[in-house]
Amino acid sequence: MPDNIAQLSEERIAYLDGLVRQARTAAALFSQCTQEDVDRIVKPMVIAGLEKAQYLARLAIEETKIGVLEDKAIKNMVATEFVYNYVKDKPTVGVIREYPERGLVELAEPIGVIFSLTPITNPTSTVLFKCIMAIKTRNAVIFSPHPSAWRCCSEAVKIMYETAVKNGSPEGVFSCLESHTLEDNAYLMHHKDVGLIDATGGPGAVKAAYSSGKPALGVGPGNTPVYLEKTADLDMAVVDIITSKTFDNGTICASEQTVVIDDEIYERTLKKFEDLGSHICDEKEAKLLGRTVIDPNTGFMQPMAVGQKASDIARFVGIKVKPNTKLLIAPIQGVGREHPLSVEKLFPVLAVYRATSTDEALKVCVDVNHAGGLGHTAVIFSNNDAIIRRFGNMINAGRIIVNSPGSIGALGGVYNDMVPTFSFGCGTGGGNSTTDNVNVYHYLNIKRMARRTQAHMWFRVPNQIYFNMNAVENLRSFPSRSTLIITNPALEQIGHVDIVRRCIPPETPVRVTIIPDAEPDIKIIKQGVEALNFYKADQIIALGGGSVIDAAKIMKLKYESPEADLEELAAPFLDIRKRVVQYPTEKINHSRLIAISTTSGTGSEVTPFAVMTDKERGIKVTLADYSLTPDVAIVDPQFVMSMPKGLTVDTGVDCLTHALEAAVSIYASPYTDSNAMQAIRLVFKYLPDAYENPRDEEARTMMHNAACIAAIAFSNASVGVNHALAHAFGARFGIAHGRANAVMLPHVIAYNASVPTKFMPSPNQRAYVAHKKYATIADLLGLGGQTIEEKVARLVTATEQLLDRLGVPRSIAEIGISKEEFEKAMPELAKNAFDDPSWRSNPRMPLVNEIVELYWSAYRGRRSPQKETATQEPPLEKEVCA
Amino acid sequence: MSTTVTPFSFVVDGERVTEGLLAVAKNLEGAGPEALLDFFFVQDIDQGGLRALEDLASAAEEKRIKVILRGVNVEIYKVMKLSRLTERYTFVN
Repeated sequence: MPDNIAQLSEERIAYLDGLVRQARTAAALFSQCTQEDVDRIVKPMVIAGLEKAQYLARLAIEETKIGVLEDKAIKNMVATEFVYNYVKDKPTVGVIREYPERGLVELAEPIGVIFSLTPITNPTSTVLFKCIMAIKTRNAVIFSPHPSAWRCCSEAVKIMYETAVKNGSPEGVFSCLESHTLEDNAYLMHHKDVGLIDATGGPGAVKAAYSSGKPALGVGPGNTPVYLEKTADLDMAVVDIITSKTFDNGTICASEQTVVIDDEIYERTLKKFEDLGSHICDEKEAKLLGRTVIDPNTGFMQPMAVGQKASDIARFVGIKVKPNTKLLIAPIQGVGREHPLSVEKLFPVLAVYRATSTDEALKVCVDVNHAGGLGHTAVIFSNNDAIIRRFGNMINAGRIIVNSPGSIGALGGVYNDMVPTFSFGCGTGGGNSTTDNVNVYHYLNIKRMARRTQAHMWFRVPNQIYFNMNAVENLRSFPSRSTLIITNPALEQIGHVDIVRRCIPPETPVRVTIIPDAEPDIKIIKQGVEALNFYKADQIIALGGGSVIDAAKIMKLKYESPEADLEELAAPFLDIRKRVVQYPTEKINHSRLIAISTTSGTGSEVTPFAVMTDKERGIKVTLADYSLTPDVAIVDPQFVMSMPKGLTVDTGVDCLTHALEAAVSIYASPYTDSNAMQAIRLVFKYLPDAYENPRDEEARTMMHNAACIAAIAFSNASVGVNHALAHAFGARFGIAHGRANAVMLPHVIAYNASVPTKFMPSPNQRAYVAHKKYATIADLLGLGGQTIEEKVARLVTATEQLLDRLGVPRSIAEIGISKEEFEKAMPELAKNAFDDPSWRSNPRMPLVNEIVELYWSAYRGRRSPQKETATQEPPLEKEVCA
Repeated sequence: MSTTVTPFSFVVDGERVTEGLLAVAKNLEGAGPEALLDFFFVQDIDQGGLRALEDLASAAEEKRIKVILRGVNVEIYKVMKLSRLTERYTFVN
């Protein structure tokens, strides 16, 4: 509270409190009113305002001695009729806007009590305007008019109030402070029951409003620059400027202050002004005028000149003018304190500046704009659209009026389609909170009701997938002018490349690029791209496991879009649809990527992911985009018949992890569920056979299909925390990915099935369903169990039994890592696992301490006793989701 | 419907809220430590009703009687909230 409030007497405070209480009660009762109720009150108020427009104008002129009677009457009519025309059909009660397609509804909440300051320059029109807005929005207003305009304003308030109450408004909805002081204003500005201060007035009032700490609509001063550009319609421009600047003797703060005129039209323009009743001051007169109407101490206009006639000002200053002179025009040579007339002048005195170029003109306009008019209004007359836009960019004004009068233009609704107002928001430049033309929506709290929406989901797979034994023969159906096979040395050695070659039409030139059997690095990618360019390949056949296929994906990307920045494309993202970095769509080469997988695990032949190593930075770079997905996938089991046992297990468990994680992912959908569930079923049924009888063709075929199907699921639903844990652990201790997944898997199932410490935001799911999904998987596998808890427990046991049968180490300790070594690595493991993006689709948000717990569980090993049957339940009941 | 006044319980007539509340205020003396006002039949409240609620609150505070309002609908409750009257009454459903 400011110090001056302490000077208020108890009686005065009781009076002010009474006004607020009365307004608060009225606003409270008003909250019961419907839209129809308020519209029924507003219309007669508008009519009353129109009927009393001249009467109130006369009162204002008599009391303030400012302005022009006829113009004041027009202002009163604009403040009622034009404002009504704008607000009459606007919803301001209850639902005011709906966006069904976005699930959004906007609702109006009144502010309650508004404390409103009104100016001397536009006294009654501002009151009429604010009363209409307040009733339309169900608010109560306490008015504090400028002391020199109190009588006319209180009469305007009275007319509005009586009409409002007569038509159903609560009593006490408007009141007008009697013989108020700055202390009264300060008290009300700080009153706890005042919701908003609407200060239309001088800089002091506006500053006090904003300094109160209350929400405020303050309207700053103006200093409107006008650029009269050489292509302008001069006749129109001169009439518009005179109309505007003389309207109510220049009291509207949006009126023109300095006109910057292009050299080419300067003389002609002044002549036209003169012909239409303006007096062009000579140098001596201009100096005299500046010294008289602008206070040399403050640099601001003299109050006694505000709203006075041009002829009266001339007489006062001592300039001889023709009778009925409308406007005094004073040439200035610059902007600033040494050019007094370059500031705001709320009277019919206009400064003019002769500019020798567009640039100079724009600079002077910027200077005028910054000399007290920031955020307010600016005007341009021009037929050059480029210059108009340039002006708009250069000038900081809430209203940039084009080819029309500044003051009447800024009021809105007459010369343009701007919102009608008597309060011009000036933005931060003017120390205001808005640049808008203040209207009804500024008198409302707008509430947004947001309904839950479901994001569009997707299911993307390669165009063509060929599967089962000898599916590679389908290569014959792909014509190519030049084909490059990318593979690794082992596959060439065992004759796989020859099998592929035989299936390519004989007329197709085929070259082979051999790359190392390891995660590709940038050097390998470059070599591959060089080969593609050299042979002008239009078809790439990637024959191999995940590393080869990933390499081919990245080579294709760089071959088609050489400018693609891999480092940038690897930028992290949370939602692929909202990612910041977009993959290139412009291509200089076009090629078909056919991926033939030679392992049954990664499923890279159908995924949109590719991993490479950045040896220089010592990091892995993961690229993810559906444009990386191969065009054709060939899932031919003949290429996996000779897979070693260890690789069979590692890739098989990787496949199972993909499917299990996709099944419970927050991005899971019925489309991915069907694939995930089928892949899980196939793995449980065929992986032991593929491991124990490697030549079992059916088992190999089904596992090869399972890997591809699981990859389809996780390509669209993503993976989860198991992968995050395995990535960090595998990288730290050099453990194969499948094996690293395996030691975590039973623990992660139990973890995801229990009540989350922290739920993962998942708008596509209506409840936490991971435990139910696991139970469904248990049913699919025929594991038995009655309750969800039992079924989850049996899935954990069945997974452990499968891993036992595959001879997978069942704990991190069993892998051969000492407790001390593991403990030492734990901070890094936890950090890296948490940084890994894989868990972001996990159903449960893993906390760092939970990651540590999971690692230690995996270190200790099995959750259920070895060789226990699926009918025996491990001790999970308590932590499983109900 | 008329307003029934008993020492402890009053049913406020929805058509005559102001009169009802004024009657309650007059008879508050004999109400004992608590008075229960039934608002089930009151749909909305006008200027007079709100003023009567303010007066009743003042009277009850003076006499140290706890006034309990039952069945106040949310629209009236919001009007009372905005008028800072809710803190002066006890509400039950």
